[in-house]
Amino acid sequence: MAGNGNGNGNGNGTIAIKNGYVFDPLNEIDGEVMDVFIKNGKVVRELTDSEMKDAKVIDAKGMTVMPGGVDSHSHIAGAKVNGGRMMRPEDSYKWNRKKTPLTHSGSGYTVPSVYKEGYEYSQMGYTTVFEAAVPPLEARHTHEEMRSIPMLDTGGYLVLGNNWFIMRYLRDGEMDRACAYVAWMMKTHRTYGIKCVNPAGVENWGWGQNIGSLDEANIHFEITPREVIEGLCEINERLGLPMAMHLHCNNLGQPGCFEITKNSLKIPSQIKPNQNLDVEWAETKVDPKRLESVYLTHAQFNSFGGTSWGDFESGTKDVIDYVNKTDHIVFDSGCVPFGEATVMTGDGPAIHNLYALTGNKWSNTDVELECGSGVLPFTYLKSNPIHSVQWAMGLELLLLVKDTWKTIMTTDHPNGGTFTKYPLVMTWLMSQASRNATFDECHAWARDRSDLGAVDRELSLYDIAILTRANTARTVGISHRKGSLGVGADGDVTIYNIDPKSLNPRDYEGLITAFGQAEYTIKDGEIVSRRGEIVAIPEKRTYYIDVATKEAGTKDMLADVKEWFKYYTLGFAHYPTPDNYLMNPTPIAVNAEEA
Amino acid sequence: MFTKNIICPVCGGACDDIQVELGDGKITVKNACKMGNAKFQEVVSSHRLRDPMIKENGELKKADWKDAITKAAEILTEADRPLLFLGSETSCEAQEIGLHIGEYLGAAVDSNATICHGPTVMGIQEAGIVGATAGQSKNRTNLSIYWGCNALESMPRHMSRYGIFPRGYWTKRGRFDRTVICVDPRKTPTAEASDLHVQLNPNSDYELFNALSTILNGKEPHPSVAGVTGVPVSVMKEMVEMMKASNFGTVYVGLGVGSSYGKHRNVEAALNFIKEMNNHTKFSIGALRGHCNVAGFNQIASYLYGYPFGLDFAKGYPRFNPGEYTMVDVLRDRDVDAAFVMCADLVCHIPADPASYLCEIPLVCLDIAPCPTTIASDVVLPGVIDAMECSGTFYRLDNVPVYFEGFTDSPFSFTKSNEDTMHQLFDKIKKLA
Ligand code: SF4
Ligand SMILES: [Zn+2]
Repeated sequence: MAGNGNGNGNGNGTIAIKNGYVFDPLNEIDGEVMDVFIKNGKVVRELTDSEMKDAKVIDAKGMTVMPGGVDSHSHIAGAKVNGGRMMRPEDSYKWNRKKTPLTHSGSGYTVPSVYKEGYEYSQMGYTTVFEAAVPPLEARHTHEEMRSIPMLDTGGYLVLGNNWFIMRYLRDGEMDRACAYVAWMMKTHRTYGIKCVNPAGVENWGWGQNIGSLDEANIHFEITPREVIEGLCEINERLGLPMAMHLHCNNLGQPGCFEITKNSLKIPSQIKPNQNLDVEWAETKVDPKRLESVYLTHAQFNSFGGTSWGDFESGTKDVIDYVNKTDHIVFDSGCVPFGEATVMTGDGPAIHNLYALTGNKWSNTDVELECGSGVLPFTYLKSNPIHSVQWAMGLELLLLVKDTWKTIMTTDHPNGGTFTKYPLVMTWLMSQASRNATFDECHAWARDRSDLGAVDRELSLYDIAILTRANTARTVGISHRKGSLGVGADGDVTIYNIDPKSLNPRDYEGLITAFGQAEYTIKDGEIVSRRGEIVAIPEKRTYYIDVATKEAGTKDMLADVKEWFKYYTLGFAHYPTPDNYLMNPTPIAVNAEEA
Repeated sequence: MFTKNIICPVCGGACDDIQVELGDGKITVKNACKMGNAKFQEVVSSHRLRDPMIKENGELKKADWKDAITKAAEILTEADRPLLFLGSETSCEAQEIGLHIGEYLGAAVDSNATICHGPTVMGIQEAGIVGATAGQSKNRTNLSIYWGCNALESMPRHMSRYGIFPRGYWTKRGRFDRTVICVDPRKTPTAEASDLHVQLNPNSDYELFNALSTILNGKEPHPSVAGVTGVPVSVMKEMVEMMKASNFGTVYVGLGVGSSYGKHRNVEAALNFIKEMNNHTKFSIGALRGHCNVAGFNQIASYLYGYPFGLDFAKGYPRFNPGEYTMVDVLRDRDVDAAFVMCADLVCHIPADPASYLCEIPLVCLDIAPCPTTIASDVVLPGVIDAMECSGTFYRLDNVPVYFEGFTDSPFSFTKSNEDTMHQLFDKIKKLA
């Protein structure tokens, strides 16, 4: 039985992929027939004759070749994901995976066990996935799970939008210490970027309350969502972090929430993006650096229109219009592909609302001094008017933003639906016929209360490559090694059995199958998955941010942290996440701005 | 020289502030409670298991480590269907390998929850759980309820570290800022230390939870409930009012809830009641877990395979059906033909039938001290004491993982930790199978 990294690869990470139609948006390659060479796990311009002798050669004639899939927002590891697994045995009963001589067994559909997660992502051609929310105190747990997820490079975003230290520093205008704190926390918990969930509101949830508007101060800390958003975005750029501040807006899932979303997005419009990585960059034609100062997550859940469930409608238009006319925003969609889901988020009060609405079983975990979370089983039905509009909204967001480089495709797994439904979402995006077929099956509100019915745009394979690889990698700031096939990039490649020349969007069933089961998934130059079968367990890495900051601010900050540590129930000495919880810990060096 | 910040490997409190001084066959311990201190004395105890042993002609004899590992691996690989019981007094790291072995061999794999908070976990599967990490309660809770547990004796430092006495951010006066209710048929020290003791009749928790829910929903409970529970309806109403009036309430449930009549249905009723209480004020609920890492097995088994305890791998994929694949049941039904027991004295703690069957079948045991289970074993592998002699992970009562590092090394040349032993065992199994 293979664990992580001890499976048998096909050799030396050297491979030649010949004659495929290549889609590599970061290098502006749009379906050109060309060869891709990988040597020792990295993309190279060519292989010498003698190297070719040792190389594995794949004939990709008539097939689609893309960089390995990168998911920038998915809930795959940690306390709340596992809370979902624990409370949902019914999710596991029906979905089993048998062990093989190479692979582990597993179970679960919306909240699959870790091995199953890794294998299923890999079968679809994904090689890198970022966990969307890591509560600092429970980072050890998140890492323990990520360590066990095979096939994927991973990283996790640190939840900071209701953190006592941050709220206090921002309220008191202590930016230097706030910056030092974030830098220290990233390193202490081996995490990758800043996540802000329901800013200032989750702290109120500590008292069973929430926050309703951007300028409402929360209890005791007396800080507003606006101040938290602005502060965290500023810290993000002062530190030069790879990813823009990752924002989950207030009022999620409430009719009319598009308004606060739009206003939240305006807050960092004047903050200059400053990604300052100290890394080797793979060759790309397009500027691989991010140009945004905010990364909005699961836009669909934050774009509800109407004022109640009775007059509910899509509210995406305002958000889309604003994104279209500005340049500082990138978002992921949080699509709803129908079917079973488990909603889970650091937004405790939002899940309590859903509990009050549905009466479903409900779990909640507040985390001392830091954040919270909620989990609840949920099923999206085509017969349900709200769910049908949500389906349309997710697609609208991706189809009506003109510049695909501002968008990312997700289902906010497993909130809108599972990641295994990505093939469906890709197909809806590429085929109006498939959207029409779903319109026919779902509630009339989908057509009546959204603009999707009038949209005839059909995305190309090039667009899909942007939405699922190039732009996810660029947005989270890992484009120096992921999301492209430029020289120096990681040798992660997906080969889909799709012939772009004979692609017919009206005949979309084949697309779903082809996206669901990559012909080949190649990670670090090794074939790891072939037509839905896992054939090798590759090495994997865990990325985290290592910010070089000045000592002075750090000293004062640490004194504050130690002073307030008495409110934790864990000693300061036991707070950090030791490296042994990480598989191949891989720091990404960042130079903070010299101020 | 005292070594600081040692984690206590005894109860689910996983206190992380223990200080120890080890020297000359003597150990001095600071900050630990009586229970904790007793375990720390094991490091220097004379009754520790010091050697691997193999049974020959009905008698355990000192053996070579390699032979013991080989014999253990043989017992497990030769069985048609082994049982692995991965006790909670060791690290997640050791348990994880145990789960992998179980998967590899197609075994039934279980841990302590099956005989303690299993019903609590099953209650969560029915209802979900509104919880919080311990510090949330420390900082905010002004109403604490101990229900079916005697924290003062089962988790002696719970009150002082987490629940009642700590001076939290909004509870600066510690005990004076909190009201404490104890719901228990017994007059325990915890009950005596409480402001209100609701002394219900044994096995009437389900009725009491439902009556409280009824009151919470503004209805009048059936008058017979006073007789059934032994609690006057007026006291129930007082309790609900106290709960609603609190700023942040926390309920700690013990085995008194999950182990009395009604089992997981009691827990489900409790969890549902607290869910509804959150429509009025903030309330959380959590279990006082007994052993240091009983929560850890639930966590890792869930994320590795999808189920929290009582897993069966006979079909090559994980299955879960408590009452069928759980330890007591596979033994009672004589459904397994060999067993491996790690860090749990099973023979002592399970009903007579399963215990005697366990003694009949080939048995391998990994433990730190002689006990009835080691005596019944065919192979005994001496255990290393987690948190004292090696590093690893426990999950606390509130599911926060803590990483521990020992203050001394394994006393054995042949293994560094139980994790190491499990590695060696698995390697051997893979060679034999
Ligand atoms: S309360 Fe539990 S963990 Fe703490 S010292 Fe006592 S036995 Fe050890
Ligand atoms: Zn999310």
